[in-house]
Amino acid sequence: MTHPNHGPGGDTGPLIEARDVSVYFRDRTILDRVDLHVARGEIVTVVGLNGAGKSTLVRALLGLITPQGGRIVRQPGLRIGYSPQHLHPDATLPLSVARFLTLGARSPRKRLAALLAEVGVADVLDSPMADISGGELHRVLLARALLRKPDLLVLDEPLAGVDVAGQSELYRLIAEIRDRYACGVLLVSHDLHVVMAATDRVVCINHHVCCTGHPESVTRHPEFVALFGRHVADVLAVYAHDHDHQHDVAGEPIPLEGIAAPTASPSATAERARGRAAEC
Amino acid sequence: MEDFFLRALLGGTGVALAAGPIGCFIVWRRMVYFGAALAHSALLGVALGFLLGIDLSIGVVALCAVLAVLFVLLERQHRLPTDTLLGVLAHVALAAGLVVVAFLTTLRVDLMGYLFGDILAVTDTDLAVIVVLAVITLAGIALLWRSLLSITVDEDLAAVEGVPVTGVRLAFVLMVAGVVAIGMKIVGMLLILSLIIIPAAAARRLSTTPEQMAILAMVIGVLSVVIGLYASLHWDLPSGPLVVVTAALFFAISQAMPRARPLSIHPHTRSAGR
Repeated sequence: MTHPNHGPGGDTGPLIEARDVSVYFRDRTILDRVDLHVARGEIVTVVGLNGAGKSTLVRALLGLITPQGGRIVRQPGLRIGYSPQHLHPDATLPLSVARFLTLGARSPRKRLAALLAEVGVADVLDSPMADISGGELHRVLLARALLRKPDLLVLDEPLAGVDVAGQSELYRLIAEIRDRYACGVLLVSHDLHVVMAATDRVVCINHHVCCTGHPESVTRHPEFVALFGRHVADVLAVYAHDHDHQHDVAGEPIPLEGIAAPTASPSATAERARGRAAEC
Repeated sequence: MEDFFLRALLGGTGVALAAGPIGCFIVWRRMVYFGAALAHSALLGVALGFLLGIDLSIGVVALCAVLAVLFVLLERQHRLPTDTLLGVLAHVALAAGLVVVAFLTTLRVDLMGYLFGDILAVTDTDLAVIVVLAVITLAGIALLWRSLLSITVDEDLAAVEGVPVTGVRLAFVLMVAGVVAIGMKIVGMLLILSLIIIPAAAARRLSTTPEQMAILAMVIGVLSVVIGLYASLHWDLPSGPLVVVTAALFFAISQAMPRARPLSIHPHTRSAGR
């Protein structure tokens, strides 16, 4: 069910924005003056290694923690649909998928069934939560987030535990949802091997913003290097991510070898990519 | 029927009714050790109640409530693992309780009664405290049911969806404190936790929804109390242990029964590939 979006974020400004956000834990710096924004209709993917501060950034954006520095600006009345990385309800909790969905927002059964069909798991409506697979769980979580008719979807590691074929399918689904619901999407991934053309912008985090594919962001942070960006239609860009942190490498948009980038990739870019590893 | 026995039956029923849904959430949220820690501190509440010159049951309720809130606040600081924190809190409170009770030579405490429950000891005031707290707990659970389920599944998700997580958790630990305090009268501080969690555990196998499990736990709890108390009267044996043994029998029976499956419109669609 598509719905007209009379909510916040018509055309003016980002739905949500992290401005100069810093988070410390004891004397460790988890986030160091991070800027990030997501606009309506945009899919932004945050990548970074384990412990790079991605989860902390998401928690700050969601309002679960208050950053010590900087601020989070949300459009007034912003509705967020959130899909956490894991869910550990105790197996002793007898909860069906239908019941789980309505914990977020009450909804008639028909709508629940339609929504599950939309995300591709029509047959789990009456299954116990404890019995569904990891891939099904991600879709059920997505359905619960969508039930709130969100302006912004925040999906933390939606591809974890999903095989490669399932990953690209899920990515396609997320892109479809963005179009259908006209919402902004913030994705998080710890080891992003497959960045589909559906992602509009990649932001690489290692406590600070290392690099971002969005040209405007790059010019705002000249000290950081643009690595991604120019999203190439229908192309899987494989992002080799074993970087050991250098900041002085100048980078251009780099589709890496691996999965073929047949037609749309500009050959010059491809050539550059062959010679240089993506480091940030 | 003797007055004291009627009071014990009514009081025990009140405790079992409140303990049913509370026990379910304790099991779901893996807070058994938290409940045990509160129960261990009850004796200190008795002593403090005596020192302050207030009703001893109210002393227990008050101390359990203070410790529950203290625990929630301490836990938020993440200085120690939760189970370590509880271990410290529980046994320090028990030791302190024993020391203070021994120190107060004017306080004649029936220690066995507090440890294992004593149906003879249920006074009218006790019964009133039990009824009031049981009603408050059940009303609170009913009111917060959706929010409690939501934070039990995932606290972050609940918070993003607008549930006031800290407030709900605080309300919940206070309700646990209330049930521990009133349950102590019936089965004693060493056994109260079993009256809270065994009916919930027994109900699990037979339930497909959270509501079913809570109601079934209430039924099993009440049956355990009634059967246990009658057995206690009949054989002149300690009431608390008999109530718990009865609950354990229900648990054993539930384990032998076939597991409840959810009602499904398409029962065969999910059979493959699991």
